Amino acid sequence: MTLLETEAVTVRFGGVVALHEVCLQVQSGEIFAIVGPNGAGKSTLFNLVSRFLDPDTGDIRFEGRSLLAQPPSAIAGLGIARTFQNIELFDHASVLQNLLIGRHTSRRASLPAQLLFLPSVRREEIAHREAVEQVIDFLELQPYRERMIAGLPYGIRKVVELGRALATGPKLVLLDEPASGLSVEETRDMGFWIRDLRDRMGITVVMVEHDMNLVSAISDRVLALSEGRVVVTGPPELVQSHPEVVSAYLGDAPEAVK
Amino acid sequence: MRFRFKEHYDQDIRLFADLADGLRYGSLLLGAVLLPFVLDDFLLGEATSVVIWAIAGMGLMLLTGHAGQVSLGHAAFLALGCYVNAILMNSFGLPFPLAFLLAGVISGLCGVAVAIPALRLHGLYLAIATLALSMLTEDIIVLAEPWTGGVIGLTAPTPEIAGLVIDRYAAPDLFYWLCLGVAVLVTLGYRNLLRSPLGRAFIAIRDSEISAQAAGISLARTKAAAFGLSCMVTGWAGALMGHFFYSFNHEVFTIILSIQLLLMIVIGGLGSIHGAWYGAVIVGLIPQAINLVRDAVGTVAVPGLETSLFSVLIVLFVLYEPHGLHGRLTKWKVWLDLFPFCRRDMFRRQKSYLRTERFR
Ligand SMILES: Nc1ncnc2c1ncn2[C@@H]1O[C@H](COP(=O)(O)OP(=O)(O)OP(=O)(O)O)[C@@H](O)[C@H]1O
Ligand SMILES: [Mg+2]
Repeated sequence: MTLLETEAVTVRFGGVVALHEVCLQVQSGEIFAIVGPNGAGKSTLFNLVSRFLDPDTGDIRFEGRSLLAQPPSAIAGLGIARTFQNIELFDHASVLQNLLIGRHTSRRASLPAQLLFLPSVRREEIAHREAVEQVIDFLELQPYRERMIAGLPYGIRKVVELGRALATGPKLVLLDEPASGLSVEETRDMGFWIRDLRDRMGITVVMVEHDMNLVSAISDRVLALSEGRVVVTGPPELVQSHPEVVSAYLGDAPEAVK
Repeated sequence: MRFRFKEHYDQDIRLFADLADGLRYGSLLLGAVLLPFVLDDFLLGEATSVVIWAIAGMGLMLLTGHAGQVSLGHAAFLALGCYVNAILMNSFGLPFPLAFLLAGVISGLCGVAVAIPALRLHGLYLAIATLALSMLTEDIIVLAEPWTGGVIGLTAPTPEIAGLVIDRYAAPDLFYWLCLGVAVLVTLGYRNLLRSPLGRAFIAIRDSEISAQAAGISLARTKAAAFGLSCMVTGWAGALMGHFFYSFNHEVFTIILSIQLLLMIVIGGLGSIHGAWYGAVIVGLIPQAINLVRDAVGTVAVPGLETSLFSVLIVLFVLYEPHGLHGRLTKWKVWLDLFPFCRRDMFRRQKSYLRTERFR
């Protein structure tokens, strides 16, 4: 089943064409990677799905329904969670609070009930906490629960951001460079987690990633973007050896060598 | 060295972390309730003013400290609460409890109305816009003479609850307890909010609007709620202020009041309920401290000493302790709890990572 689908989306920033008639289809239950050199339009694609940007033309559909009529704050409720390339956490809050904010879409309590902290609110809070503790167990964040984000190392922040996305209980997660800036071990763990969240939780993953080892190790299909255009879509081996992808990444190296 | 062992999620949710914590706040409250029996009328008046400042401070703290929306216009909402309360009692003959309640609700609704244009403004621009609101308010009070009494002002009638006459001069202890009661209720509501989803949503829009939205938080609704609740509480503080001053006019609610309120919560420590209370205590204590020193030294009054002392305090805090008095006290407490294992660089300020502001 097709979960996420873009139909010939084009995005222009003034003269820059960030995306040109990009079509993609993500199947339910797959790990779909997007690769491409800097400025290819990968993050722009994510920002379209998150509704931070409007496409100039084209349509984006999730579970068959167009997302274009939705405001950014409605996307999480539909089951799409994301992480950001530059880590966007709530810096002056604890890890626990960050993860609990991920539970926002499943809150029920009314404002007066919250002000009075009625027993129903307490029960709801405990349920949120239980859901968050599962994420903490999954990502092995136990030592950091009470720590402020502002004092955490970069690698842990990346994991917390993934955790916040998972806390929303998504069907689809968009990971923008989940392994950038991570050490070799941290990258390996991240790879395991991404595969696990698909295998064990049934979450579909779309990730932007520059680390080709990680991409070929865990992804089912890869889409290569260059200057806003789709170069090729297919299994990792095929995309990696595609001549246009190689030249987009390395320039026309073979010519230069000659 | 002290370690709190947790066995149940409720330990992180309930009002007091443990028995010792509950006893601490309980005895603090008891002390506050018993204050009228130890203070003379003048000092009790000062204590009442501290409590009213604390209520106003909590109102602004919610908006600025927790939801991250700077306001230099809260004197406008103090004025609104003050005048609405007095007008409802004077001209409409409403009983005090109803007029008081409505004064807060009406200020809150006006706060929501301000939130709508404020949605597009951030940081400095929001500060400027709210500053303009504060300036406008003074003029509006003068122009709306039929209701506000113009430059002459109004007098607040004596509040009465269920036959009990709470005269600010004849029964200062009753008035103090009234203010304290409101303050305690506001503190409880504030605390409840912070452990609920809406309080977390405030923190989320403060720290990152973009990922708050990605987590499903609507900026418009959350900001409207923050402005509404903040201005409601500020309106209540204003209503009490009116009774406290007995008579007031437009000159009470100047921009200086707005600025003082904002600086007060900065000194106390942004982002905590404690901060609002500490700030109020400091603002209340400065004149007393000056009086003490003056009596001891025997000099005559120095004009502007109060303001300059306050300003020096602000400069010192912003330079050396941006987290305010609450931040400083928390550090001492952590140091004591961990004794002797505290590392020297534990509280070093962290440089935050670069983040893009492309989508703001
Ligand atoms: N808000 C914006 N305003 C103007 N130009 C933008 C904006 N966002 C992106 N761009 C431009 O669009 C193009 C695509 O940017 P995008 O961030 O999607 O690249 P990317 O593939 O994610 O690159 P990277 O690997 O560096 O993250 C770039 O040329 C960028 O400068
Ligand atoms: Mg990018």
